[in-house]
Amino acid sequence: MAANAQAQLDPNRAAQRKAAMEEAVRKVTGGAPLRRGRVKLDLPPLIDNGNAVPLSVSVDSPMTPADHVKAIHVFTERNPQPNVVNAYLGPRAGRARIETRARIADTQTVTAIAQLSDGSFWSDSVEVVVTLSACLEEGLI
Amino acid sequence: MARVVVNVPGQAKRGEVLEIRTLAAHAMETGFRRTQLGELIPRDIIRLLVCTYNGVEVFRAELHPAIAANPLIAFTTVATESGTLEFRWSGDNGYSATQSVQITVV
Repeated sequence: MAANAQAQLDPNRAAQRKAAMEEAVRKVTGGAPLRRGRVKLDLPPLIDNGNAVPLSVSVDSPMTPADHVKAIHVFTERNPQPNVVNAYLGPRAGRARIETRARIADTQTVTAIAQLSDGSFWSDSVEVVVTLSACLEEGLI
Repeated sequence: MARVVVNVPGQAKRGEVLEIRTLAAHAMETGFRRTQLGELIPRDIIRLLVCTYNGVEVFRAELHPAIAANPLIAFTTVATESGTLEFRWSGDNGYSATQSVQITVV
């Protein structure tokens, strides 16, 4: 527990995790610019228990064969690993919306990125405050 | 025994957008936790969910340790024809589960 708390406070660790997230985002976008808008990431701003946080991502898209969302990715800044979920959909989805439950380790920024069929990337970020973190029950089990 | 639940409307109009909710009973052990003796508990998660509609893939999700235990994944698909929706989960330690749902499109 103490080691973990220290890891949460260590500025180098925080920087490393931020770099890991940027790396993970780059892997998805291939360096293409990210634009804000069109994506709506919905999760509660104040989280009592980070172990199961409902989150949904919806993208403003007609979902036609010519113009649809190819993929939705969710990343966190300060979890041990940046990736949360990568979902691949297509025009047959009808609506560009996914929903899941995530573990959020800490007060941090959560980012959703949508890849559109025209090759553009759109994103939305939400800052969340977590009172009981996921992944911190070390030593209790 | 792998237990999974899928919620899909059994009947739909052609062209209607179906809301699909899937749930799998799984601890989704992250691989970051330790036992009291300080040993790392190895990762054991579901890594992939694939949904096919009459054999054609309509949705795929790659999961990571940041997905909560008993992963819920909800998504949508357009009702195009009567047939079978098949869901396949796969993960660490050879985890595999399948579920299929019949759907009637009128």
